Amino acid sequence: MSLLATDALSVVLAGRTVLDAVSLHVGPGECIGLIGPNGAGKSTLLKAVLGLIPARGGIALAGGDGRAMTARRRAEIAAYLPQEREVHWPVSVETLVGLARGYVRGPLAGPSPHDRALVAAAMQRMDVAALRARRATELSGGERARVLIARALAQDTPLLLADEPTAGLDPAHQIALMATFAALAREGRSVVACLHDIALAARWCTRIVVLDGGRLVADGPPGTVLEATLMRDVYGVEIHRSDGKDGLIVLPTALSGGHANDTERP
Amino acid sequence: MSEAARIRLLLGGLALAVAALFVLSLLTGPAATGFADALAGLFAGDRGPLALIMREIRLPRAILAAAIGATLGLSGAALQGYLRNPLAEPGLLGIGAAASLGAVLAIYTGLAAALPLGLPLAALAGAVLAVIVVQALAGASANGLTIILAGVAVSSFAAAATSLALNLSPNPFAALEIVFWMLGSLNDRSMTHVWLSLPFMAAGWAMLAALARPLDMLTLGEPAARSIGVDMARVRFLAVFGTAASVGAATAVAGAIGFVGLVVPHVLRPLVGARPSRLLPASALGGAALLLAADIAVRLLAPGRDLKLGVLTALIGAPFFLWLVFRYRRTLT
Repeated sequence: MSLLATDALSVVLAGRTVLDAVSLHVGPGECIGLIGPNGAGKSTLLKAVLGLIPARGGIALAGGDGRAMTARRRAEIAAYLPQEREVHWPVSVETLVGLARGYVRGPLAGPSPHDRALVAAAMQRMDVAALRARRATELSGGERARVLIARALAQDTPLLLADEPTAGLDPAHQIALMATFAALAREGRSVVACLHDIALAARWCTRIVVLDGGRLVADGPPGTVLEATLMRDVYGVEIHRSDGKDGLIVLPTALSGGHANDTERP
Repeated sequence: MSEAARIRLLLGGLALAVAALFVLSLLTGPAATGFADALAGLFAGDRGPLALIMREIRLPRAILAAAIGATLGLSGAALQGYLRNPLAEPGLLGIGAAASLGAVLAIYTGLAAALPLGLPLAALAGAVLAVIVVQALAGASANGLTIILAGVAVSSFAAAATSLALNLSPNPFAALEIVFWMLGSLNDRSMTHVWLSLPFMAAGWAMLAALARPLDMLTLGEPAARSIGVDMARVRFLAVFGTAASVGAATAVAGAIGFVGLVVPHVLRPLVGARPSRLLPASALGGAALLLAADIAVRLLAPGRDLKLGVLTALIGAPFFLWLVFRYRRTLT
């Protein structure tokens, strides 16, 4: 059973190949960290999978042809958290999270008890239940980010595609979010998250996928993928790595080349 | 009080206001009538003068005021939601300007005088042409910005062509007629005007009402909205054609009436928790109430002087716009 499978997925934007023949397979119960330098094609991959931008190659979502399915069917399989944290009207936090349920059956119709429960659980998970009556446009950046993640969680899909979900969160909420993703994976759902924080990816993800220049250059468990040579080739940084009782710790320490002389190697 | 109950109260209150203003509109006019007499005239089987006044003059006027006000409020709320821009209004797509151009050309060429419905039909043709041009200019992309740019291009061209018609007007009376028509009025409209415009307006309302759910989801921005099942091509089709049908028909029978579509959604937005789907019915009712009130006001303020409806709404609307600017400045500081 596969939640997502791309076959030689390519995207050309304005004559430039942004994504180059990426074949990725996501099964159930995975927490995948999608990493790579700026402009590597991480966001493009997520958008192409969801059909938000034109792409060549195969896209299968939960076994079905991603291109042939309706937007509504796709929304039942995959939730998406865009990098841009857009909130256009000063609606309440609860209303915003509830949009994931599509429960606005009419101007006056309310959500079903099942919808309410999912919205409440998602808000609880992202620690925004106390903000439920606040206007979503008046929140701080980190609060808004958490509310929007709650919106994606409330969609209750087997697959979650999150574009830089930890950006703007304080350390406690970053860890809580990654723990949530790990918990979702234990429930049999899968998360694909674009991450820039290598330490978080190493510590919490079950699998790391590395994109560089639109190509998939590495795919495997964090311990295998996140090693010094790859990090030097892809990011141009040296890393400190330890595998202690707290799990794998990978920390970028210095730029490669002339700057890397004083780097301590494990 | 729960949010849903508050919304119900608001919608109920607005509906009551529309009903009351509708009756008041029926009772307003140069011929002095009592409440009971007027209503009796409306329903009586005879063809006395009072029955004629009520059925042929006041009833169409009240129906048109309510329907056109609802059109402007509803389309304003829908376009603001679709473009996620609180300054959007029905005039933005160039449909009103193009309908005006059609009407002006009908007056200019004498079509309006030759055919009883020549003017509204020409105005409708202008609106249809505008929407086709806007759709073609905006292209296949479902981007709101290209729609705005296409609308600006169409309205600028229509305004220029209207000025040209005024410039080359064969006689001063035609020019005066054009200017007066463009000010917007519900004077001397008949049931024929109602039957001509109401089907188009109703079709437009149906299309705009279907936007309720997608507009809510667009609060999250276009990528997120698409990821939760919103079909943007369908949304754009409904927004553009719904506005064209309803506003085109409204402009065709009443001329250009500004500011209602901008002001009404603004005033009501905080009262519905800023939710676009709830703003649609509230703005439709609010627009109907505002235009009925304005149309009563033009008859009471200057009886016999034919104060134009569009002039009054602009006079109310412009200061309100200033107030918006001040309020916006306060939220920034």
